[in-house]
Parts: sequence; structure tokens; C-alpha cells
Amino acid sequence: MSFITYLINGISLGSVYALIALGYTMVYGIAKMLNFAHGDVIMVGGFTCYTICSTIGLPPLLGVLVSVIVCTVLGIVIEKIAYKPLRRASSPLAVLITAIGVSYLLQNVALLIFGANAKSFTSVVNLQAVTLADGQIVISGETIVTIVSCVIIMVLLMLFINKTKVGQAMLAVSEDKGAAQLMGINVNGTISLTFAIGSALAAIAGVLLCSAYPSLTPYTGSMPGIKAFVAAVFGGIGSIPGAFIGGILLGVIQIFSQAYISSQMADAIVFAVLIIVLLVKPTGLLGKNIQEKV
Amino acid sequence: MKKFRKIVSVAMASALVLALAGCGGNKGGSDVFKIGGIGPTTGGAAIYGINVMNGVQLAVDEINAAGGVNGFQLELNFQDDEHDAEKSINAYNTVKDWGAQMIIGCVTTNPCIAVSENTHADNMMMLTPSASAVKCTQYDNAFQVCFSDPNQGAASAQYIGENNLAQKVAVIYDSSDVYSSGIYESFSKGAENQSFEIVAAEAFTADNKTDFSVQLQKAKDAGADLVFLPIYYQESALILTQANSMGYAPKWFSCDGMDGILGVENFDTSLAEGVMLLTPFAADSKDEASQKFTNAYRAAYNDTPNQFAADGYDAVYILAEAIRQSGAKPSMSVSEIGDALKAAMPQISVDGVTGAGMTWLSTGEVNKSPMAVVIKNGEYSAM
Repeated sequence: MSFITYLINGISLGSVYALIALGYTMVYGIAKMLNFAHGDVIMVGGFTCYTICSTIGLPPLLGVLVSVIVCTVLGIVIEKIAYKPLRRASSPLAVLITAIGVSYLLQNVALLIFGANAKSFTSVVNLQAVTLADGQIVISGETIVTIVSCVIIMVLLMLFINKTKVGQAMLAVSEDKGAAQLMGINVNGTISLTFAIGSALAAIAGVLLCSAYPSLTPYTGSMPGIKAFVAAVFGGIGSIPGAFIGGILLGVIQIFSQAYISSQMADAIVFAVLIIVLLVKPTGLLGKNIQEKV
Repeated sequence: MKKFRKIVSVAMASALVLALAGCGGNKGGSDVFKIGGIGPTTGGAAIYGINVMNGVQLAVDEINAAGGVNGFQLELNFQDDEHDAEKSINAYNTVKDWGAQMIIGCVTTNPCIAVSENTHADNMMMLTPSASAVKCTQYDNAFQVCFSDPNQGAASAQYIGENNLAQKVAVIYDSSDVYSSGIYESFSKGAENQSFEIVAAEAFTADNKTDFSVQLQKAKDAGADLVFLPIYYQESALILTQANSMGYAPKWFSCDGMDGILGVENFDTSLAEGVMLLTPFAADSKDEASQKFTNAYRAAYNDTPNQFAADGYDAVYILAEAIRQSGAKPSMSVSEIGDALKAAMPQISVDGVTGAGMTWLSTGEVNKSPMAVVIKNGEYSAM
């Protein structure tokens, strides 16, 4: 019976990773850059929702909406100010380092505004926990909402990219920026839109992360952000279903190794699995191996 | 060319004179004790550093207003180390250049161990308010205000056993943290002589501290009726919330790291109801000295002091007592002051807000009795 509990806990943790990984993988897939500030946008989303709901006292749904708007705007601004001027830089490292810089900037601004004290986040999910097998298995409302919204977002994203004109433009930009521009696609606009969507996802992930694990500090986003990045690589970075599968698997492996092997060794085991997967399949589980034509 | 040389030599000479004058200003004729403070005032551990800094400043101001120590005023320069060992060395060098003659710090354990190497080399008196690892006082110039980790772990085991709080005990600790694993080790050693049994000892690490479902599930499966949490309150708040949502309600017992849980903004304090902790200080304590300190702190910083603020506050009074006892003077060199103070420390006894009649061993460890506090109606109250 405890096996099922562990499995559910693993999926619950994994669905949070998956939700964050969707944003990571989307930005990487289209803009071809690792947005290390993604985890901190999540934190901004969490704090925005906290301010709206707990400090001002407005309804949770409004909190989610406002944090999506704030994060979307933040994502676009970060892209325009910090990343776009470097898009033509000779080394792709420049923009990576800038992303790390943005990450620290966001953390320290949050530290300045909200202080270092941990804040307890009131869950925005108002769903009763499901109890099975005479109360031996409890699935919390947050878990259900996280998994469901993760699946919905994944399906919507795939439909958006594959079926709409804007989505096709994103695909084109991801394959060849120069050629896309020649075909009349607004490359800058498309990349901005990618960041907008990625950051909106981060806001939702932030609210759900804080609902499931209700402790909010300026550093809340950084570790889940890194784990989600690992999940995205695990599943095949750039692939949307890959991010979902990678996230869930990462959560389940982590919980199982804590439960059955050693609670101290959990991270070591998770990363050992990652190394093995990448050795066998360097593009990740669902990653496509695109051959460069000469 | 000759003229140029002349100008250069005049310039050099005057520079030399200025430099010497600078030295003279630092050395003689000073009537102020310069205290360097080191602790994290930004970053993840900022709440501890800021509380210590405020507590220290409050005590320095009080002592100065009352005429100083042996007629000498105190001056404080508190530097940020961001809870980072490397930055704490930079902070130490900064206060040393400023002319610090003794150190209150570091606030956290790892930086404290790093800085103690340097203070030992300089023979500078060092008093840490809150770094509790044994290694922090490995040199004879370093002393602690707070309990050392083994003391806390052993005292906790003894308290649980003697008061018959539980038969089966589970421990959840942070294996990546010296403080937490140190307490856990001495707790499990102390538990061998007690009537209860440790049925589960589960760890987590700094990179893995959001989900505690596995640790709690294992404790529950092992039938633990008390869970010992030698960890900080941020994680404890998450553990209490998660235990509640899985319908697990054991007794909770913790150390001084739990202090602050009621201050977590927006935290449902009813979850912490009945949590017991060993801590040297409670802001709501009815003790007169504690109340006076709490009121002064509230008035100065518009915030409720935690145990760290109390440790910092006491640290200044302890140094002041040691200065009084030894008759040290600001005109003495750093090493002379260090020798005088470390000889005085084992002889003094200080009544502070973190304990009455505190005395020290020459190894640096403090001797005071721990106080058990239980959270009742959303307040800390003595047991």
C-alpha cells in the first residue's frame, strides 16, 4: 500500500517539475537559449499571487490571473532588454551568462522587497483531497489540479505550435532564423511571443508549486528550476511531450530512491540515472536527432 | 632630470610621512574598543544575520549610553558574509583593516569555522553568538554564546526520555547541514541510554527540501509517536503542513532552529500547536530580563526578536564582562587583548537573556541550562 502512496507522491512532485520544464523546453526549442532565469520568474509569479491573495486579500483566481500578466510582461521585458541585444553576439555563452545575471537580479530584488523570511503560501486550490482504500491513500487537491493542468497545457501547447500560423512561425524560427526572416516571418516578434508564453507558464507553475509546497522565499524558484531543467534534458530538450515525461519520471525516481534506497542518496541516484540515459541516448528520451545538412 | 628626481623624492617622502601618520592614528591614544561583526545580512540565511546584527547594535548602544566598559566606548562594524565561507574571510579582512580588536561572529557555522582559522592566526578574540558546531571553537581564542550541537542533541534525548514523552521516535534531519547532522548524531548516541527507541532516521539535503512525503510516510509506517526535528523552521513549517495533509499527527520535538516558526508570514500557527523545542530564549517569556530586551528590540526595530537577536545581544555583554574582568585597554595590541580576554572568559559568569549564570569552559563551550518551550495558543510558553 505504501508503494502506491510513494508513486502518487512521485507523480505529484514530478508534475510540478513537468510544468516548469514545459516553459524551459519551449524557450530552448524556439529561441535556442537556456533561460536560467526561468526558475526566478516562477518565484515572481508566486510572490505576485501571494501579494494579491494574502496581503491584499482578493480571490485566488484573480491572483493567478494577475501573476500570469505580471510574469508575461516580465518575460517580454527581460527578453527585450537582456537577451535580444546579445542575440548576434559571437559566443552563445554571452546570453547564457546574462541569463544567470538576470536570475540573481530577480532573486535580490525580491529579497529587497519581500525580505529573507519564508512566507507561508495559502493554496489557491480549493479541492477536497481524494481518499482511497480506507484512508490509507490520500491524493491531495493540489496534486490533482497540478497533473490535470499540466496535461491540458501540454496538449494546448502542441496544438498551438502544430496547428496555428503563429505556431508554425515559431517552428520555422527554431529551424532557421535567417530563412524564416526571408519568408516574411517577424523573428523578433516570434521570439518575444515565445518568452511571453514561457513566462505565463512559469507564473502558473509558480502558483501551483507554492500551493503544493507552501513555503515562499526569494530562492524558492532556483532549485526546482534546475531540477526542471534536468527534467527537460532528460525528456529531450525542445520536445514538449519530452518535458512532461521527463518531469514525471524525475519526480518518481526521486521519491522511489528516497523510499527504497536511501533518503540521503536520492539526488545522487537521480543524476546517475540522468547520466546513463544521456550516455545511451544523448538527445534525451524523446529528443530528435536533427542532422545538419552540409 | 635632476629636478624630476627631486620632485619624485619629495613626493615619496611626503607619502611616507602620511603613511606613518596613518599608522599612528590607528595605534595610540584610542579610547574606543572596536568590535567587528560578521554574519549574513543578505542571502538565504539573512534572517539570522540581521537579527544578530540588530541585537549586537542594541547592546552596544545600551552599554555606550551607560558610560561604556571601564570608561571606554564600544564601536561596531558589522559586515555581510552571505552565509558563505569565502565571503566571511573577506568580511574578516575588512573589519581587520578597519581596526577591529575582537570579533562577534560568525553567525552561521561554516563561515565561523573558516574565520576561526584566521582569528587563531591573529590571536584575535572571537565570540560566536550562534554557530553551534564543536569545530567553531576548536581554537582557544574562540567562544560560543549558544549551545554546541552535541549539547543540544544529548539534552533533547535526555528531556524526551526523562519526561516519558514517547516510546518510538523518528528523526528527520538535513544531512547536508553541519548543525542538523551534528545534533542528530549526538541525539542518537544519547538515546541509547534512554527508554525510547529510534525507529526511523530519515535525511534530506539542501537540494531536496520541498517534498517530505517519503520521510513522513516512513515515520508513520514505523509507528513513531514522536518526531524529532533538529532542523530550521522553514523546513519544519513545510513538514508540519505536509504531515497535516496526510493525516499524521505525532508529537513534535525540536531544537533552537525551530525558533521563528510562529513568525513565518501567513503560516497557519494551529499546525504548530503542541510543538516542543529546546531553546535558550523565548520572546514571550515572562522572565524580566527577556521582557526588557524584547521591548527594547521591538521599539528599536519594529520586529520581534528571535533567539539569534538574543544571542547577539548577550554576546556584547559577555565581551564587556570579560573586558571588565581582564582590565584590557583599547591601546593594547589585538593579540594582547586576545590573551587577556581568553584568560578572563573561564572566570566570568554572565546573566543574559539566553540564560542565567552562564559560564565558559576554556575550550569555548558555554555552560547554561536549556529551557524547554511548548507552543500553546500560538505562543511560546515555558514548560
